[in-house]
Amino acid sequence: MTPLRAEWTKIRTLAGTWWLLLAVIALTVAVGSAAGAAVTCQVAGCGQDPAKLILSGVDLSQTIVAVLAVLAVSGEYSTGMIRVTLTAMPRRLTVLTAKAVVVTGLVLTAGAVGVLASVFAGRLMLPARGFTQAHGYPPLSLANGPDLRAVVGSVLYLALIALLALGIATAVRDSAASIGVVLGLLYLFPIIAGALDPQWSRRLAQIGPMTTGLYIQDTTDLRGLPLAPWQGLGVLALWATGALLAGGLALRLRDA
Amino acid sequence: MTAIAPYRSAVASGRAGFAQLVRAEWVKFRTVRGWVIAMVVAVLAIVALGLGPGMQGSCGLYGPASDCTQTLGPGGEAVTDSFYFVHQPLGGNGAITVRMTSLTGQIPDLSGGGGGGRVKASGSGSGPQTRSGVVPWAKAGIIIKASTRQGSAYAAMMVTGGNGVRMQYDYTGDAPGIAGSVSADSPRWLRLTRSGDTLTGYDSADGTHWTRVASVTLAGLPSTVPGGLFATSPQYFQMSAGETSLNSANSQATGVFDHLSLRGTQPGGAWTGSAIGAAGGPAAGSPGGFQDTGGTFTVSGTGDIAPSVTGAAGSGVTIAQTLIGVFAGLIAVVVVGAMFMTAEYRRGLIRVTLAAAPRRGQVLAAKAVVIAAVTFAVGLVSAAVVVVEGQRVLREHGVYVWPATALTEVRVIVGTAAVLAVAAVIALAIGTVLRRGAGAVAAVIVVIVLPYLLTVAIPILPVAAADWLARVTPAAAFAVQQTLIQYPQVSNVYTPSAGYYPLPPLAGFAVLVAWAAAALALAAYLLQRRDA
Repeated sequence: MTPLRAEWTKIRTLAGTWWLLLAVIALTVAVGSAAGAAVTCQVAGCGQDPAKLILSGVDLSQTIVAVLAVLAVSGEYSTGMIRVTLTAMPRRLTVLTAKAVVVTGLVLTAGAVGVLASVFAGRLMLPARGFTQAHGYPPLSLANGPDLRAVVGSVLYLALIALLALGIATAVRDSAASIGVVLGLLYLFPIIAGALDPQWSRRLAQIGPMTTGLYIQDTTDLRGLPLAPWQGLGVLALWATGALLAGGLALRLRDA
Repeated sequence: MTAIAPYRSAVASGRAGFAQLVRAEWVKFRTVRGWVIAMVVAVLAIVALGLGPGMQGSCGLYGPASDCTQTLGPGGEAVTDSFYFVHQPLGGNGAITVRMTSLTGQIPDLSGGGGGGRVKASGSGSGPQTRSGVVPWAKAGIIIKASTRQGSAYAAMMVTGGNGVRMQYDYTGDAPGIAGSVSADSPRWLRLTRSGDTLTGYDSADGTHWTRVASVTLAGLPSTVPGGLFATSPQYFQMSAGETSLNSANSQATGVFDHLSLRGTQPGGAWTGSAIGAAGGPAAGSPGGFQDTGGTFTVSGTGDIAPSVTGAAGSGVTIAQTLIGVFAGLIAVVVVGAMFMTAEYRRGLIRVTLAAAPRRGQVLAAKAVVIAAVTFAVGLVSAAVVVVEGQRVLREHGVYVWPATALTEVRVIVGTAAVLAVAAVIALAIGTVLRRGAGAVAAVIVVIVLPYLLTVAIPILPVAAADWLARVTPAAAFAVQQTLIQYPQVSNVYTPSAGYYPLPPLAGFAVLVAWAAAALALAAYLLQRRDA
């Protein structure tokens, strides 16, 4: 428990942590609500996915989650704190595990608050935007299987993004370079896929961490997806695992 | 008391101008191995992604429907050329005159349209319900055309659904005549005369008082050419502000003509009806037809005679597609730009820097000059390689690349390099403000890359929101990569994702520069106010 307590104390006493977590919640809700306010559904079967729409704030708040996770590691390297940490706790993988647990816990909490608040906002505003029973859209509800999957999945998605960023930051160490690599991995896949021919585009849509991970938010037209929702989140989990392994290996082998 | 002379160093003082500062910053830049490597990575990423295997297109790989051939007009530009043509051979000089009393049509009723993708095209064969109405650029009138081959030269006088009488020629030419719509009470008289290679269009409201609309020279027009009546009607779009998906389907136009007279041909020639470009193409479905009831002709057709555009029914790619790797390069450049300042804070070097050059604003300016120059060079080299080579690769694989003039290509290359340079300066400024690498890099990527992702790459936003983002965020600067021409005489939803930016190239770039100026001003202010 000592490593967990140590990591918890370190992250808890940084003012930045709480601001970043607040930003995760605020951006998730604000962007999701703005998207909900911008789209209307005028006829039955208008081709919209209300759950994905109202949860689209995750597209932006994942950036904050990545910054939070990167700073949890890179912050120690930039101040030299890492040498104190590793002197006090020489088992390096234990340190990484403790960091992962603490960061994941924080992100799960903030993510759950943001996502649930978004769904609540969606319940209030979407019916007025034409997402009505008559148009084939019952109100968003956690009792509805696909909606529940989107909600739980979005929270897990944010946690996996945190783990991916944590692993990469442990391998790269510098904060600016780490966040560049993480955001590159997230955003470049969909941008490049958009320019390629259909075959390559679909291939990229089956491996990009952000693209695949967000399939979990789809509640309509699942057949059109390159991967099933949970499969997609699984691909992101593979990315996070790979990043953590690479980070763990680098932490074990390198001087701090 | 004796006066003590203050200490003076025996070393001659060095020059301390701005040039020295720039040189100092350049030395800092080139001696950090990671930054130089990042720049090399940026070049390699831009080139590799622009020439990679996914860039070879899919032309012909999925059957004849995936063929990427375009009909080319007389100017070499891609055109749409499908309409219903009621014609007979016209020899030598002469004229066609006709009176039009009605232009009606059928447009698909898309209000029950299905869900799914952003662009939903339904052939009229599978049958959405239709209702009567004409689209603004439905066209019917008289035409003289070099041949019945698609893409051949032509000149036409026509009545349109919502744009009055027009004279159009060679696909891109368009001149307005009498405004307003046509009816039996206010008919429109149209006349097209040929004199050598010159065709002149006239219109009149009463058949007596004629006004010249425009004149055009079609070089090399054969002596005997098909001429007569035509009708066509382009794709109908339906989209409202809050929607993200676009419905489109074929429409049909029907023109009613009488008082048809021909001068300068073998009188009494028989009229032939041909559906030009009806096989395949966007005008699948009923190709139209004509009826002649005692001198009153009724001609129906579907399609368009116009320059081709991307978007709902378009195909082909622009040279901007070869530049997709710029986003990988952009991220590398932004990371280095932010670190160029944040690394100084991390190492405490900033205190040495500011002790050596106490004018803090100049330090920031020198850093901006160095990072902008380096990234501009990186962008220029890599963009030039992919635009030239990438086009060649695409064309070799049969992909239709929308043509751009040499000047436009230079603008795309230089503009892309400039976007990279200004983005690096923004990163430098935000790095100065935040003094933290992670926050600065994340902020800059979010304001530049994320809007591009949401408006161009995967357009999930409603059109109005995408348009707004493409105007006010730094991503507006990607307008420098636009090579397509927006034609007022072609109905299309001109969206960023189809390659049409709402702002012209320079204005879009100015938006990015304004962001950079604001960030630099804030950075300079805080750098001077705060302790280092």
